[in-house]
Amino acid sequence: MRVHADLIIAGFRRYSTYRQAMLAGMTTNVVFGLLRAAVLTAAVRTASGTIAAYDIAATYTYVWLGQGLLGFVLLWGDTTLATRVRTGDVVVDLYRPWNLQTAMLAEDVGRAGYAVVTRLVPPIAFGALLFPFRWPEHPLTWPLFVVSALLALVTCYGVRFLINLATFWLLDNRGLVSFWNVTSGLLCGMVVPVAFYPGWAQVALWATPFPALLQAPINVFLERDYFSLAHQAFWAVALLVAGHLVLRRAVRKVVVQGG
Amino acid sequence: MAEPVYRKIIAARVRSQMSYRASFAVECLSQVIAQAFELVVILVLFTRINALGGFGVDEVVLMFAIAAIAFGFADLVAGQLDDLPTFIRSGTFDAVLLRPLGTLPQMMSTDIRLRRVGRVFAGVVTLAYALTHVNIDWTPWKVLLVVVAPLAGGVILGSVWVVACSVCFWLIESRELANSVTYGSGAFTSYPITVFSKGLRYLMAYVVPGAFVAYYPSLALLGRSDPLGAPGWIGWISPLVALVAAAFAGAFWRFAVRHYRGTGS
Repeated sequence: MRVHADLIIAGFRRYSTYRQAMLAGMTTNVVFGLLRAAVLTAAVRTASGTIAAYDIAATYTYVWLGQGLLGFVLLWGDTTLATRVRTGDVVVDLYRPWNLQTAMLAEDVGRAGYAVVTRLVPPIAFGALLFPFRWPEHPLTWPLFVVSALLALVTCYGVRFLINLATFWLLDNRGLVSFWNVTSGLLCGMVVPVAFYPGWAQVALWATPFPALLQAPINVFLERDYFSLAHQAFWAVALLVAGHLVLRRAVRKVVVQGG
Repeated sequence: MAEPVYRKIIAARVRSQMSYRASFAVECLSQVIAQAFELVVILVLFTRINALGGFGVDEVVLMFAIAAIAFGFADLVAGQLDDLPTFIRSGTFDAVLLRPLGTLPQMMSTDIRLRRVGRVFAGVVTLAYALTHVNIDWTPWKVLLVVVAPLAGGVILGSVWVVACSVCFWLIESRELANSVTYGSGAFTSYPITVFSKGLRYLMAYVVPGAFVAYYPSLALLGRSDPLGAPGWIGWISPLVALVAAAFAGAFWRFAVRHYRGTGS
């Protein structure tokens, strides 16, 4: 447990070193938020004020929460493990006296902790100050949102871990990563709220883990439903178990060359 | 004099990408999917509404398609400038300066992202769909405009790319900042500019001439007047705007390169 605590701190420190990159990232995030909010609110306005119970304020809130959560759960851009598998460095990770899966999760929690300050809060604060914003009405929503965001982080980590592990079989998972990068935005409900889709598509999407990554915490914040939390809890556990099993199989494939 | 050199460089880059066929096919396919998914966004929105920014679904798809082809071309030609910060930080830009060739064409040919052809392809298919679903009074000039507009749009977006990446000569870690302008323009030009708020519109449609990529040419094709009151001929001058943008981008690049200082060793 001590080790995991240290890893969390190390993850936090590692990411807090790059401040200029963080500022640039923040600007990009806000620009894309503005563009997405413009299109969605234009649509909501044309539909006489609400689409699927999203009014103007809820739509803005949805966009800025999504922009913030994106960096918190780290939807894109985690290729460390894949690179280590390709280069063979993963051998070092595997014979360390730790559980690779939980160790990397701990490091990711540290990263996310820093991301709260730099990635999650700024776009939400920006949106709340300059645009109509829908704050939670029940005080209980706040702790539930924290739980939901953490579950989203764990679920997202679970997906990323599996994508990275695929490198053991594919050797080069970049094709898979580019598939993930282009499809996840739509599947997670980051680009358009899942509730905007036709009924059959909504059912299909909620049968997958993807809405748990972004749409679920947004639903909790907007007090739309709490079913999302159960969905998230199920997929967080399922993906971690899957990651554990896949890692066990993958380790059997590892051959250390030479001495 | 320099042309055969570039022909050889580009041919070599293309060959190198083609040697990993499976990886190339997957990347190309994911570009097609990326484009298709952006189209899905429009289609999902239109299951709930009949008009966006005053335009029907097929009209928005027309703008989207022209913007997609333009963005694909720009990315193909200028996208590799995204790697400029790496060149500057590692000092390899010194080598670029020493060669007896233009710095900008050299940088542009460091890596031809051939997979972007997937995006252009998806854009062309979408354009074909849109053209058969909107009402256009065809004239020879409009046929010419359909062909020229995506190319001119590509030049405009490519110029945006050059200017945005030139900023890296002052701020080395500004890659993401540049992306907000380059990919941001890609996203902006896909929609009617009437959708955006005033501030965003001034910046992305007029200062960055994003409105000339797809919006104004589409109005000219459709024979519609601009709800924001721009004159009718404005849709026909996008090639001129492209020329001005390219000239500006070239001048800005040369100005920026003069500010380059090696990082030392």
